[in-house]
Amino acid sequence: MAEISPSVAELVRRVASQEVSCEEKTIHRLARIPRIDRDIHAFLHLATDRATKKAREIDRRAKKGERLGRLAGVAIAVKDNICVSAMPATCGSKILEGFVPPYDATVIQRIEAEDGIVLGKTNMDEFAMGNTTQASAFGPTKNPWNLERVPGGSSGGSAAAVSAGMSTLALGTDTGGSVRCPASFCSVLGLKPTYGTVSRYGVIPYANSLEQVGQFARRVSDLALLYDVVSGHDPRDSTSVTSPKARKSSGGFKGKRVGIVTEFFGEGTKDGVRRKVLDASEKFREMGAKVEETHVESMEYALAAYYVIAMAEASSNLSRYDGVRYGASTEKGTADWNAAFAKTRTECFGPEVKRRILLGSYVLSAGYYEAYYLKAQSARGLLRRAFEKAFKSYDILLGPTMPVLPPRIGEKVTPLEDYMIDINTVPANLVGLPALSIPAGFVEGLPVGMQLMAPHFGEHLLFEAAQSYEDAVGVPGAKE
Amino acid sequence: MSKRVAVLDGVKIGLEIHCQLTALKTKLFCSCSSDYRDKEPNELVCPTCFGIPGTLPLLNERAVEYALRIAIALGCEVPQRTSFYRKNYFYPDLPKNFQISQYDKAGGVAIASAGSVRLEEKRVRVRRLQLEEDPGKLTYEGTIDKSPYSLVDYNRAGIALVEIVTEPDFESAREAKTFLEKLRAIVEGLGVSDGELEGAMRCDANVSVKGGARVEIKNISSFKEVEKALNYEILRQSTFSGTEGGAEAETRHWDERRSITISLRTKEGEQDYRYFPEPDLPTLELSPEFLRRVREEMPEVSEVKAERYQGEFGLTPQMAKEVARDAKVADFFEEVVSKGAKASDAANWITGEFREEVRTAAASGDGRLKAGDLVELLKMLESKEATRGQAKEIFRGMMTTGKGLAELGKSTRTGVVLDESSITGLVEQVLRESDAVEKAKSDPKAFNYLVGQVLRLEPKADAKLVAKTLARKIKR
Repeated sequence: MAEISPSVAELVRRVASQEVSCEEKTIHRLARIPRIDRDIHAFLHLATDRATKKAREIDRRAKKGERLGRLAGVAIAVKDNICVSAMPATCGSKILEGFVPPYDATVIQRIEAEDGIVLGKTNMDEFAMGNTTQASAFGPTKNPWNLERVPGGSSGGSAAAVSAGMSTLALGTDTGGSVRCPASFCSVLGLKPTYGTVSRYGVIPYANSLEQVGQFARRVSDLALLYDVVSGHDPRDSTSVTSPKARKSSGGFKGKRVGIVTEFFGEGTKDGVRRKVLDASEKFREMGAKVEETHVESMEYALAAYYVIAMAEASSNLSRYDGVRYGASTEKGTADWNAAFAKTRTECFGPEVKRRILLGSYVLSAGYYEAYYLKAQSARGLLRRAFEKAFKSYDILLGPTMPVLPPRIGEKVTPLEDYMIDINTVPANLVGLPALSIPAGFVEGLPVGMQLMAPHFGEHLLFEAAQSYEDAVGVPGAKE
Repeated sequence: MSKRVAVLDGVKIGLEIHCQLTALKTKLFCSCSSDYRDKEPNELVCPTCFGIPGTLPLLNERAVEYALRIAIALGCEVPQRTSFYRKNYFYPDLPKNFQISQYDKAGGVAIASAGSVRLEEKRVRVRRLQLEEDPGKLTYEGTIDKSPYSLVDYNRAGIALVEIVTEPDFESAREAKTFLEKLRAIVEGLGVSDGELEGAMRCDANVSVKGGARVEIKNISSFKEVEKALNYEILRQSTFSGTEGGAEAETRHWDERRSITISLRTKEGEQDYRYFPEPDLPTLELSPEFLRRVREEMPEVSEVKAERYQGEFGLTPQMAKEVARDAKVADFFEEVVSKGAKASDAANWITGEFREEVRTAAASGDGRLKAGDLVELLKMLESKEATRGQAKEIFRGMMTTGKGLAELGKSTRTGVVLDESSITGLVEQVLRESDAVEKAKSDPKAFNYLVGQVLRLEPKADAKLVAKTLARKIKR
């Protein structure tokens, strides 16, 4: 375990006061990454030139005594489905090989406006469809804590990059748990913010009505800072809301009401995971919170509703990849466009993506739309009301992020078994609630994550709870 | 031939019109210029309308206003909230391989529904209006079925379209064409679309003959072509009627060059568009305040106005149309009526021999047209304080000099000579001097000429009385 790195605020102070050279630090980091990443494969692209140039500019401004941004000189890894101009954006798919977006996502603009340094793009399950990062067309990412295990997904590259100390912070996207799952498996913090608080402009969609850009960090204060920088209304995203900014953590957690949700400890939950999360929840009781068991109704519909809606939206979102305007095309110059589209899509999409496009097209088809899509939407409504009810009694709802430990790379599971482990993460996406995975310790040498959920716009509650917990148990180390 | 086919019994035609909101400066979901005509291919595109991954649609509020203008003018019902849906299908002219459109089934609500347009003595029902984006444009080498490749221009992709769907209420190609011309006048009058621009108004039609299968015809580029395409299709289908099976339900393409429809696909293979709500655009609230603003800002279209004049003022259709044709003239007419003139008198006056002068004066807006004075003038006429000739003289004076009735009335001798004996004297004088007397017995023109001669002798003479006297005299 490496030395625990200082907080982002401290790093920014050192850069601003010229105690350290941002350029030197960045060059050093960029040189070190390939050595670590040989084993892990978190990055698909390293933005060496852009990062170094930005670092040099920051040093120059520090020298002149100019005011620097809140992320000055801080390294941030970006999931490869978030557009950064002049960097590839493959979404882990062959079909976007060679595609370089001509614009920056809003979250990238906001990070760079605060002088954050975009290190590069990280590996992911193809189009964010998966929970292991094995479905990347460019090979799997490995779990820094055990190279034979998956890092979780779909934002596995970003979680691994932070976990292995290659990047201080990272961005991922969370459609059904894609930030919280790898955060849990890699022993870092991962936030899925309230729907509408972070702009989706520039985020290549998997399922628009479910996903948000999420943040990875090792310290709660760093996580809250990154969230604060990227969140806020964006006129370019019609689904973005003017959200109350994260309030500064008060540190105290006394008197808060915490509900341990029985449904989060379903039959697929591994014993060690259950024990570890219950142990961790004890910490809240020790801190003076009122902790008790509770139920959330309608949870049995969540997984099915999630997959129906996500696949439906995905089948439409992924239609545009036909090889005509950008990305890969394996059949050029033919008269029959239908055949050309089919050939490109057949050859360039992976099996999981194809499965979801087919299922999504099916549930939207005439005669099935009411039976599947509309039914899933009403289940979503039921779940929303169930959580509204639960949050009348509790500030925080709690459970394991993932019911299992990180699976082995290449382990054979059926798609259904694979989908089942998302059971605790998908409700937050269906309802649009904020949810945070925090490290809860280790079982069999593998990380376990605890998920905290709060009412809409309750990010500050999550940060407060996580900060209290961090104060009690310490900042988890990096695995290098 | 076409005339004979056009009046065939049992023809049912419905239209689906795509009308570009050409008055908009930008596209429906991005800020690209919508002025795409005569531009280099793919010059007016941005990441959003080009379908670059990660971009999001931003609704053009003005497009909503313009669509609502059409909805209101067509007497449609407007819902409190409406939403956008994705219509999914693969086609190279669609940058996203889905079109952001609207849907009126399975929980979807289009921006307007259930309107109607009067077409002479019948009403054509409008089923619904939808706001949607235009696809790009494909260019083929040769014909669509034989082209070895196609070229795509996305300049048009994302242009705001209003789709107007009618019920199958047309019984002939001619009727359909008349409707389209009226619709074009309406959208032009509303200031939302210039239907003259190439491709600004496009039409698909569905046709069935004698209860046979419904055939859709696509790619009709102009209204002239609509009538040709429909007549061709009616003839084609009527040759099937009576035969086993009749015409097949299918989609056909109008081949303008060859003037025939050709089969594109049968209905069995009909596409399933897998509609679902567009997740990137929230439900649109159409608040009463917003609708009120749209109503206040929209110009009243002459077609709609003419209908109102018939109902409200009892004008004949011809007269109503004449008055409503020019917005400024119509405004003047309404002012005159509101100040107490009889509507039919005011309409007659305004659209009579002074039609052009009134139009010019109304357009100039310099105050030459005085509604109150015309009201007085019309009253003088009615009460026989002035003859028609005197009134015309005064009115002409008003429009050429800008002076008011009070001033002009003094310089014009008014008052009507109603005394029968003096009129008889004048008539006899004219009859003595004129050589057109014989002719006037049978020719109304010659008769009117003689009346005019009498009025020249005495402008104040009551024209009706002169005519009566003259008629009596020459018949004798």
